[in-house]
Amino acid sequence: MVENVKELLKAHEGIKHEVYLDIENSSIVPREVVNAMLPYYDQRAYGNPTLTHKPGWEAFETIMESAQKIAAFLGCRALEEVNFTPGETEANNLAIIGATFPLKNKGKKIVISEIEPINVLQVAERLQEYGFTVKKIPVDGEGFVNLEKLSDAVDKETVLVSLSAVNHEIGTIQPIKQAGEVVKDKNPETLFHTDASDAYGKIPFGVQVSNVDLATISSYKILGPRGIGALYVREGVNVERVLEGQIGTQKLWPGVENTPLIVGFTKASELAFENFEENTRHMRELRGKLIDGITQGVPETRLNGPMGDKRGPDNVNISFLRCEGEALTIELSLKGVYVSSGSACTRRLLQPSHVLIAIGRKYDEAHGSILMKVTRYHTEQDINYVLGVIPKAVERIRGIVGSTGVE
Amino acid sequence: MSRMPLPYNPKILELFKNPKNVGKMEDATVTAVAGNPMCGDMITFYLKINDQDIIEKASFESYGCAANIATSSIVTEMVKGLKLEDAWKISWKSVTEAVGGLPSVKFHCGILAVGALKRAIRKYYRNKGVSPDWLRGGRTFEEKQALEEEDLAKLLTKRMKAAEEKQC
Repeated sequence: MVENVKELLKAHEGIKHEVYLDIENSSIVPREVVNAMLPYYDQRAYGNPTLTHKPGWEAFETIMESAQKIAAFLGCRALEEVNFTPGETEANNLAIIGATFPLKNKGKKIVISEIEPINVLQVAERLQEYGFTVKKIPVDGEGFVNLEKLSDAVDKETVLVSLSAVNHEIGTIQPIKQAGEVVKDKNPETLFHTDASDAYGKIPFGVQVSNVDLATISSYKILGPRGIGALYVREGVNVERVLEGQIGTQKLWPGVENTPLIVGFTKASELAFENFEENTRHMRELRGKLIDGITQGVPETRLNGPMGDKRGPDNVNISFLRCEGEALTIELSLKGVYVSSGSACTRRLLQPSHVLIAIGRKYDEAHGSILMKVTRYHTEQDINYVLGVIPKAVERIRGIVGSTGVE
Repeated sequence: MSRMPLPYNPKILELFKNPKNVGKMEDATVTAVAGNPMCGDMITFYLKINDQDIIEKASFESYGCAANIATSSIVTEMVKGLKLEDAWKISWKSVTEAVGGLPSVKFHCGILAVGALKRAIRKYYRNKGVSPDWLRGGRTFEEKQALEEEDLAKLLTKRMKAAEEKQC
């Protein structure tokens, strides 16, 4: 198998321009972030932060200062509200399981939307095995949650509502503050969680402004290292651990703290917030150029998700009709453009993206979808290169499709 | 919903990059389709068959992934010059072997390609009003699988319609 991959990689030799746009699934870590992390492996703070020696105290200091910075970016009241986890998958699991289990005698209903990421959706579904019921709120054609239906769904039994602040696939910016108000109007005791992985560092977002009880953030989504994320837990909200073991500075996640990753996450946060306006304006411009260039330059396309300011600044998701997505990702890869698809063919089951189906896209539209996210590091030349490659790639794949599937 | 690594072998990549016998055949004797775009997999086969029941040429069109394109392409090469009776003996396993192996999640691509081929052969004899002995058994594994996938597409259509009605 590895031999095959070596050959696949060989087929990419000679590529002159590479543009990585698959930030949804993993990201580059800029050198300035890596450089910030390196001393924490062998020069300082490599100790366990709970132990009584210098490298341990250095680690303690580093972790607390990192939490303080991230707490400030999130608009927290206290740094203790930031709980580091090994990523957003773990933070979402912790939020859904850890917040609902202590409340199981109060109620056993969880409300989410139809377009939550699978690390919310499948965790909630799993809780059904433990007697919880899960209500999924429908969304409109752009992915916006129906607030009336949300209000209808929340009742005395509802212990948790979880809605993403920005949808990970189609970039829909939910009215999270209003949604929270709707929830608390119906039941002030219902906890409100948001996966803010695609909001943090990308749109103005604050846990107090949005009035959420729990919020997930992720390092790699803002070009920090993988393997680290955090769950904001509002002071006074009770969350149980989902794993047991040695507890150190992180009360909700056992195991030795990974100080270099925490430092990398913090550095990535600083870089994202340093020139926030400029960074996001740059991303919005490139995103707009990419969307316009593709929808105008390639026939039979459909933009998935809302347009303009209601869309995350980095998100591009376009369906190419009569064009299967996995084939297109390979074709683009051979030209140095790296993207992902909502096609079933890149997944284990023959089911395409549940997000695209929920906004009313047909199955073949979901199979032909391509997801891209731009970063502040992308240039106009990168986008021009992508816009030069995509039409030809789509044309070649459509040439193989021919009249197949045309009714 | 989970993803699997897809370490395609060089043969599949080559056939994906340069598929053989792509395109609609205007003078095809018989045409057959398998799969459904809803499942992200659909193949059309075109066969030109002479009066000795020998496949003179074959071509395909494919809506599908790299494995789908590669297996379809290789089937068109494998059947060229074959008597229909021999083409009938091609199994999805021999196709999978011919492309140098497939990741297990992609087995259905080879199955669908052979399903389309077998449907084309069956259709040819049905049109001719002839029923050779070797064709008399029930549906082959590949044909059954193609049907199963198409049934899934029908089910999904029904579910989507039901969901739309619920929202109205």
